[in-house]
Parts: sequence; structure tokens; C-alpha cells
Amino acid sequence: MVDQATDNPFVLEARGVIKIFGQSRALDGVNFGLRRGEVHALLGENGAGKSTLIKILTGAYQPDGGEVLLDGAPVHFADPLNAQAHGIGTVYQEVNLLPNRSVAENLFLGRQPTRFGFVRKSVIEKQARELLSRYGLDIDVQAELGTYSVAVQQIVAIARAVELSGKVLVLDEPTASLDKLEVEKLFEVVNQLKQRGMAIVFITHFLDQVFAISDRVTILRNGRLIGTEPLSGLSRTDVVRMMLGKDITFAPAVTGIEERAAGPALVEFKECGKVGKIRPFSLKVRRGEVVGVAGLLGSGRTEMARLMFGADQCDAGEIRIGDKPVSLGSPAQAIAHGFGFCPEDRKIEGILGDLSVRENIVIALQGKLGWFKALNRDEQMEIAGKFAEDLDIRAASLDMPVKLLSGGNQQKVILARWLATDPNFLILDEPTRGIDVGAHAEIVRTINRLREEGLALLVISSELDEIVAYSSRIVVMRDREMVAELTGDNINPSVIVQAIAAQHETLSAEGASA
Amino acid sequence: MKMKKFTPLINPQSIALVVVLLVNWILFPGFFNVTWQDGRLFGSLIDVLNRGVPVAILAIGMSAVIATKGVDLSVGAVMAISGAVAATLVTDGYPAYLAVLAALAVGIVCGVWNGVLVAFLEIQPIIATLVLMVAGRGIAQLITAGSIVTFADPLLIFIGTGSFAGLPMPVVIAIVLLILSVLLVRSSAVGLFIESVGVNRAAASLAGIRSGLLLVAVYGFSGFCAAISGLIVAGDIKGADANNAGLWLELDAILAVVIGGTSLLGGRFSIAMSVLGAIIIQAMNTGILVSGFPPEFNLVVKAGVIILIFTMQSPLATRLIEMRKTQRAVARKAS
Repeated sequence: MVDQATDNPFVLEARGVIKIFGQSRALDGVNFGLRRGEVHALLGENGAGKSTLIKILTGAYQPDGGEVLLDGAPVHFADPLNAQAHGIGTVYQEVNLLPNRSVAENLFLGRQPTRFGFVRKSVIEKQARELLSRYGLDIDVQAELGTYSVAVQQIVAIARAVELSGKVLVLDEPTASLDKLEVEKLFEVVNQLKQRGMAIVFITHFLDQVFAISDRVTILRNGRLIGTEPLSGLSRTDVVRMMLGKDITFAPAVTGIEERAAGPALVEFKECGKVGKIRPFSLKVRRGEVVGVAGLLGSGRTEMARLMFGADQCDAGEIRIGDKPVSLGSPAQAIAHGFGFCPEDRKIEGILGDLSVRENIVIALQGKLGWFKALNRDEQMEIAGKFAEDLDIRAASLDMPVKLLSGGNQQKVILARWLATDPNFLILDEPTRGIDVGAHAEIVRTINRLREEGLALLVISSELDEIVAYSSRIVVMRDREMVAELTGDNINPSVIVQAIAAQHETLSAEGASA
Repeated sequence: MKMKKFTPLINPQSIALVVVLLVNWILFPGFFNVTWQDGRLFGSLIDVLNRGVPVAILAIGMSAVIATKGVDLSVGAVMAISGAVAATLVTDGYPAYLAVLAALAVGIVCGVWNGVLVAFLEIQPIIATLVLMVAGRGIAQLITAGSIVTFADPLLIFIGTGSFAGLPMPVVIAIVLLILSVLLVRSSAVGLFIESVGVNRAAASLAGIRSGLLLVAVYGFSGFCAAISGLIVAGDIKGADANNAGLWLELDAILAVVIGGTSLLGGRFSIAMSVLGAIIIQAMNTGILVSGFPPEFNLVVKAGVIILIFTMQSPLATRLIEMRKTQRAVARKAS
């Protein structure tokens, strides 16, 4: 594949690209070349400059130095629309389409075939079906896009991007919210596009996926180019080393951390449930233990977490702290009991984007103190500074808006927000989703440290290896119901998978009988 | 929260105010003359402050509302209600202080009503407050029984036309209210909570902020400010005019807040800058009056100045300034 280099020139190229934000250089003389018919993985820790580079290549940012070349000629993209007109399409992790319009309308939005000014619905539906069949998708194109799974929406977004642009396709963490089968489906589509000669940039945090599908990889660190290599010559350790600039040691995979001598439960949920959200469940969480929650997306994991934090209210059951029954009518009440909650969707429910890192860290503590016991600026600085250092939050300044930080750092800010309240029970919903290897390791380390310090933790995660490594017990969710509680030797990925997979067997059995 | 005391004095708002004042001075050379008569100050500048007070006070409450990503269209109507309540009570023989307290209480109740609609029924603020904007004027007319209720009570008249330490009473009230509100908002955690809720209510609630209660308090405060404005306007004309008191002033108040740099999308806000915005609006109004132009010019000139200020605040202008800074930085590094 490397030999093609000479007779396969770059479709899209960045030469010596520089981008400056305030005082810092987000990109410092980065080169990047993309060939026809290749899948090119772009890797780096959060804050390495991946997103910035992509935004320059797709016209969302203008470079402050260097140049972008399209088919060997310098080119200037005024905005993403302009880049699209030049053949460059982007599909983001969050599908940027209209969930309340039909699949067909989404595919043809802005370029609907019309007659006498009227949209020809039958025509676009026919074309939409033809288009999607090429991607192996046979769905009702009249149905609203939002009724389909994220994977289907993702493929629709890809189909639209390829139709509109056709030369280069940028996939920005497309697999972050997909399950395994859906990822495979997506990869089939990507491979097919590659055969057709599309040049594809693939950004992800999953190393497995990089190796499964990519031809070459470009690695950035701290805004600089570390290297571009064919993947065939690289090992996983090589890639991780290039990304981090050092050999990292993952937290040792201690399986089945011993269940602590059965101390009294810190918090106990007895037959708590909410109609339409989650069936009644019972669970005790003790100090000094991590209860892992496994299950597919939509299995009721997040619903359980929200009930436990008072964000939604149980319509049945009892909650006890110590031996006292309590009611959790609001997050504020739960926080008063020493609870904390890192939600699954950082952007929508976690960060206060326009506010500073400092304010984001102190907000929960200040909320606990109330309206009139205000922390002054110096106290805020001290608290924020302490936790930023403890968790290695990388921000140019604690006064910068938190929305400018990378995903991993934002996640650490939210973790810091709760640690500042000195909690005794922390609920973490997918704390490591969509963040880089370094931040990932830092968060796993923090979970272990907090457990040793005697906190009670409940951690929801899709990453089985990870959850097995730090959990003392694992509960498995399926179909909005708690279906298993695993302890001891049963805490291993294959048992969890069996517990989750039981669903599919029953489903197919039902399908067969129907 | 940025440290307001270090906010540079050079910003689009203060430049705009200086420009407006200079233009006024060119058109009317006596504009900056201030004289001392009968124990109080007189002059166009004092007039700008005095006439600007009703909108400035509305803008104090409106800043907080807009910072929560809301808007309060009802403040003009609440002014009318507050004036009507005070005027009817004193003409019915109740003591003036009781009339003032009742008017303020009614203003707070109006605001709390808005707050409940927004916070708990989750009605969009523009619609929720539109209800009282329309109904409020009707309520005021019911209170005054459709007529203009005039009064001769010295306390109420003093609120609108008296003076203290050489300054008109309304100006004194506005300054005291401004200082108290800035202190309340910035030395407590209320300012931070308001900004959090405005930036992302879901996230703020999950961080333990009782956002519903906060919204009710903020709208209640806006109603309170409107009631004060209503008392001043009523005192000024020695009567309560349910039809015209505070008419369209909600729009001037929103404008003052936006000129002051608070985004309608919520988040960061500055009460002092909103008051500055109100003064800019009034400086234009007064300037056109004293320079002898027909008042019809007023609206058009106002629109022109506002477009100018918004251009200076626009993302495009910010980007241009940032770009020049960056270019200079690149050049410096290269050399």
C-alpha cells in the first residue's frame, strides 16, 4: 500500500498548518496528506489538535499559517459549505440532521427535486430508497429519521455527505454511541466507500477500530505532528507510545476486587422504580466499593442513575440512608445527602459551557452552601486550582470558558465539581466515553483512589474490560430491568456478555414464535 | 464572574455614550451646563439622568431575567398597575407609606406569577410574560375604574419630583437600587446561579441549583423594579394613567440590557452596563429634544445609533479584532 504513494497523489493536504487560540498554538506546523481510496486514522489525546486540524480541512476554521491543498492546488475554504462544494463532507458523532423529518427529506434537504416549485415527494422517496440500498439499508424512508437507531442515522448522514461531496469523507468519532453490531455495519459501509475511491479520515478513541479498518495513521500530540505511518507496520504499543510520548501502564486489571467485609450499606434502594422508565430494583451500595452497571444503551442504566440522584422521582419503593428512609425529590436534596452525579451527556447535562473552568468546578459546592454563603474569588481559585491539579485538568487558565476544553478535560472538570463537595456517594454515567487514552487512565485511577478513600461509587460503563477492573460487584441491566448481580469470579466480561445477551435469545425466540 | 472593577472603561457602550453626548453638545452648546438652583442641580445632563430613570430601573430587573435566558414583557404593564394601586389607595385615604408598600408588593406578586409560569409550567418566557403585558393594563384600568386618578399626596409626589442631596429623587432611588442589586448579585452566589441557569438550566439543576426557585425570585425582582418605576412615573405626573404609564417601556428596557452587552441567549450579565445602556437611550432622546429637531427624528436616530453599537459588538467585529491580534502574534513569533 505504501508503494502506491508515487502514483496516488494526495487528494487533500495540509502543509505546515498553524492555528493559534489566544496564547496557545493549537496546531504548530502540521502536515497531513490524504490519498484516494484510503482510510486514514487521525489519533491523538484530547487537546492534541485533531479537531482543530479537521476544522481547518473542512473550512470551519481558517489557518493562521501554512496552506491547504486540494488535488495539489492551494485552496481556501470560506466555510464548511464551501468545503462541501469542493467535495469534502463531514459526519459528526452527534448526527447533524433533522430527527423530525423523514429519512428521504433528510437525504435531499436543500436540493429537493422540484416541479413548478413543489417538492416531488415520490421522486425523492424513490431516489432515497435507491441511494440507501447501495449502503445495504432497506428502511422505510417516509418514517421520521429520529425513529431509527443512531447507527442508521449515522449511515444516512454518511450517505448524504457522500452524495453532496463525493471526494473526501471525514468521520469524527462516528462509532462513539454505537454497539458492536452497529459498528460492523458502519465499517462495511466505510470499506465499500473506500473501494469506490473515497478518501476517508477516521477519528476515534477506539484503538481496536483503528486497526480493524485503517490503512494509515497520523498521530498528533500537543499540536505537533508526531508521524504518519502505514498501520501494517505498527503495533498497538507503538501507537499508544506515539500518542502519549511514553509507555503507559494501564491500571492493572485486577479482576474481582474482593467484596469488602459486609459493612452496613451507605445507601439502599428498595424496590425503587418508575413506570415507563425502569422496573423496580433493589440495590445496596457500601462505602469503599464500586458497583459497576453493565448493559446496552437504552437498557435502563441512565434511568436508574437519574432515580438514584433525584433527577427523576421513584413512583414506588423506598430509599434509605443509614437506617433512615429519605426522599430524593430533587438533585439538590440528593446533594445535601452527599450524592454526586456525572451525567452521560457532558455537553447537554454536564458543563456550563460559557462559564469558566473555575465556576464549573465550584458550582455544586456553592449550590450546597446556598445563595448567601458565597465563596469569594480567591476561595474559588484555591478550590478549583487544587482539584485541577489533583485530576490533571489541562486548561490554559482556570478563567477560560470550559467549552474550549477538550472532552476529557471537561469530564475531569465535572468530576472535580463533585469531589469539591466532599461527597460520600458518586454516580458516574459513562465517565470515560469519548475521551482520550490519557484522560481515560486518569479517570480510572481516580475511581480506584476514591474507592480506597472509602467513597461509595456506582459506575455505568459500556467498556467491559474497564468495569471488570474496578468493580467490586456488577449489576446487569436489560430491558429497563436489573437482571443480574455478579460477584466474585463472575465478574468477568464473558459472564456479563452472557447476561446481556440473554435478551437477544429471548427476542429472537419471540420473533420466531410470532 | 469577571472582576467588574477592572473592566476597562473603554468599551463600545461608554464610547457610544461619549459620542452621543458630544453630538448633543455640538447641536446644543449649552448641553453640559449644570446650574445650582433652589438647592438642587439643573441642566440637560441632569435631565438625561432623571428622565432615564424609569427605563434604567426596569433594566436592572430585566438584566437578571435576560441572563436566565428569559425576557419580561410585562414590566410596562406592571408599572401601570403599581401606579394605579398607589394612587387609588392614597385617594381612598390610606397613608402614603402603606400605598407605596402595597404597590411594591403587587409588583412582586406580578413578577412571581410570571416566574411560576416560566419555571414550573415551563411556558416560554416571551409568551408567559405576554399574558401579563396584555392583561396587566386591563387590571390597571379596573383599579383606576378607567379614569386617570390624580392625587396630591406629598410623599408620592416627592418620589417622582423631589430632590435629595441636590439630585432629583428618582436618580437617587435608581443609584441606591443599582448599588444594592449589584451587591446582592455579586457578593452572594445569586449572580453565579443566574448565569448557570441561563447557560444551561439542565446542567445547573443537576449541579444542585434550585433553578425553579431562582427563576421565580428573578422574575419577582423584575416585578419589584417595575413597581418602583411605576411609582416614580405616577409621582412625576401626580396621577396614575393606566393607559399610558410605562407604555412600550419594556422594549426600551430590553434594548438597554442588550446595548449593555448581555446576550438574549442568557449567561453573562452586567447590571451596571444595562443601566449605562438606559442612559445612552435617554441621552439620544434628550439630545434630539434640546437640539430643536422634531421628536419624530428620535426613533430613526435611535435605530441608527443602536445599529452602530451592535455592529461594534458583533461577532464579525470581534473576529476582525482577534484576527489582527493573531496576525501580529504570528509576525512577532516569526521575527
